[in-house]
Amino acid sequence: MDGNNKANSPYALEISDLAVEFRTRKNVVKALNGLNLKILKGHTLGLVGETGAGKTTTGLSILKLVPDPPGVITRGTILLDGESVLEKSQHQMQKIRGKAVSMIFQDPMTSLNPVLTVEQQIAEVIMAHEAVSSPDARKKARDMLELVGIPGERSTEYPHQFSGGMRQRVVIAIALACNPDMLIADEPTTALDVTIQAQILEMMKALKEKYNTAMLMITHDLGIVAEVCDEVSVIYAGRIVEHGTLADVFDHTLHPYTKGLFNSLPNMENRTAKLRPIKGLMPDPSNLPPGCAFADRCDHAMDICRKEQPRELYCNGEHFVACHLYSEASIEQEGSVTHER
Amino acid sequence: MSAEQILEVKNLKKYFSTKRGPLHAVDNVSFTIGRGKTLGIVGESGCGKSTLGRTILRLLQPTGGEVTFEGKNLNALSDNEMRLMRREMQIIFQDPFSSLNPRMTISQTIEEPLKRHKAYATKGERRNRVAELMDTVGLARRLYNTYPHELDGGRRQRIGIARALALDPKFIVCDEPVSALDVSIQAQILNLMKELQEQFKLTYMFITHDLSVVYHFSDDIAVMYLGRMVEKAPADELFANPLHPYTKALLSAIPIPSLHNRSQRIIMKGEIGSPINPQNECRFSGRCMYASAQCLNNEPELVEVEPSHFVSCFLCPSNS
Repeated sequence: MDGNNKANSPYALEISDLAVEFRTRKNVVKALNGLNLKILKGHTLGLVGETGAGKTTTGLSILKLVPDPPGVITRGTILLDGESVLEKSQHQMQKIRGKAVSMIFQDPMTSLNPVLTVEQQIAEVIMAHEAVSSPDARKKARDMLELVGIPGERSTEYPHQFSGGMRQRVVIAIALACNPDMLIADEPTTALDVTIQAQILEMMKALKEKYNTAMLMITHDLGIVAEVCDEVSVIYAGRIVEHGTLADVFDHTLHPYTKGLFNSLPNMENRTAKLRPIKGLMPDPSNLPPGCAFADRCDHAMDICRKEQPRELYCNGEHFVACHLYSEASIEQEGSVTHER
Repeated sequence: MSAEQILEVKNLKKYFSTKRGPLHAVDNVSFTIGRGKTLGIVGESGCGKSTLGRTILRLLQPTGGEVTFEGKNLNALSDNEMRLMRREMQIIFQDPFSSLNPRMTISQTIEEPLKRHKAYATKGERRNRVAELMDTVGLARRLYNTYPHELDGGRRQRIGIARALALDPKFIVCDEPVSALDVSIQAQILNLMKELQEQFKLTYMFITHDLSVVYHFSDDIAVMYLGRMVEKAPADELFANPLHPYTKALLSAIPIPSLHNRSQRIIMKGEIGSPINPQNECRFSGRCMYASAQCLNNEPELVEVEPSHFVSCFLCPSNS
């Protein structure tokens, strides 16, 4: 049944109204609260937010890897290339993970198996998804290593023999081994130094273009978004508060939270400019306010913000904002105003 | 040392012995910091920036060299004299999750240095000082009896700052104080540290790997690579006119959160080398695209090529 619309879907990934809760004996933590997200085939979407906003939970939900219990997906749909993920069995998911969708985790120190050579770890993925012999899989594994810039003769070494940057390259080789349609990269360079980060980002960009892979780039760094993404979604307390192309979000910022993120960053053009941080803290996800989750930290909060959750308002094409400051009448002009930083 | 300089470091060395030979964590580093100024120290993991901070405070015994603070040679002080000196020199640690004792309340943590140095005669006076410090760093009084695990990273870092300020120091080594924090919280803490610097006339040595933060925060910036200081200049000068090839590559690698004024990346080949048993060569030569025979046979010295702009590279005219 899913096969029918598969070829028609222009999106590699479509998430609508996704809600995920973590239920513990003490309380219920609402990690995602009606998240909407779309990635066009071959495009890179940056998912930006702070610690606890729900970035990683989003990535894990797509692969149906949210630990259950305590995690429960309470509502919503996730379509991968038009096919619903949530209806799949775990067995079917095993065929999807690593083949249709791969994930790169943040910490290259802990995401590799310390007792297998890197070649074995790459070959393992290939043999799980393709009908190839072990020697062929190993040969392909060595090719993958070369592709990510590791000399083939190092393929029989173990993870501890590699530096952090090299290990992340191995993780990327594993993720790309079966030529996935989509890659989820969860803070892939956060644990690395800037010069190594530059190398890895450059490589990921080149490989993505070569294989036309769609990518979800989960990060807290707006600099990385500017560097590698086509579109960007800003997540706050489990909802997307603003989404658009890079030009929309960077140059025509609408949501007060997005503006706050930009203002918190040191200004490279005027270094002595005082930082304007967002006041307060992220709300407790086990006790979210009924209205807009950002209201308590927002300088423009009104009465309605504390009562009602704002809807998504589109200003041009794909650019939307979820904020009561805007109305359908005002939003169209807003999209054309360049904000000042 | 002039009265303007609060700290002078001369040929400071810290080697650690390893099975494979001495690891040169800090090697022949010399610099001064002006009173009330901030010196930013940048570099990648393993370049020796944290070891430098700790060796200056004598939390690690230096292998060689001199540290002069307010005219006193710290290496010549006895342990007891050094303990007294620590009232003047404090440190803020990177990780607000592991640098606080989980079994002490906030007030106990802040009170600890006051007790140790017998700064106040009575418990009451000490408690007043703790409350005053909590106000100074923006911690609500209701948190007086809470434990670190009840607080978020930003508040925990405020405790670390209050603890460092407790004894009215003149000089604080800030070792990656905002690296573990989200940007919105990071900005709150950076603003707080700036305000405190003005209010209490503090001198900072600000260690970080984040170049945009160091640019915002520092008067002077020093770049370290494998235990050596490769370049030091006023912040604006360093960003406008970097001279060392490593500094150039490092600056070009910063991901800029803007779609305009994007500059060309210099992608450096290879990775940082080993600090164990370094040879008599420029430590950056293995990754440097300009390396020549001279770079492989000699180690360049840090030389002042322009007023207050120091570089250690044979490529710079006055250094060859």
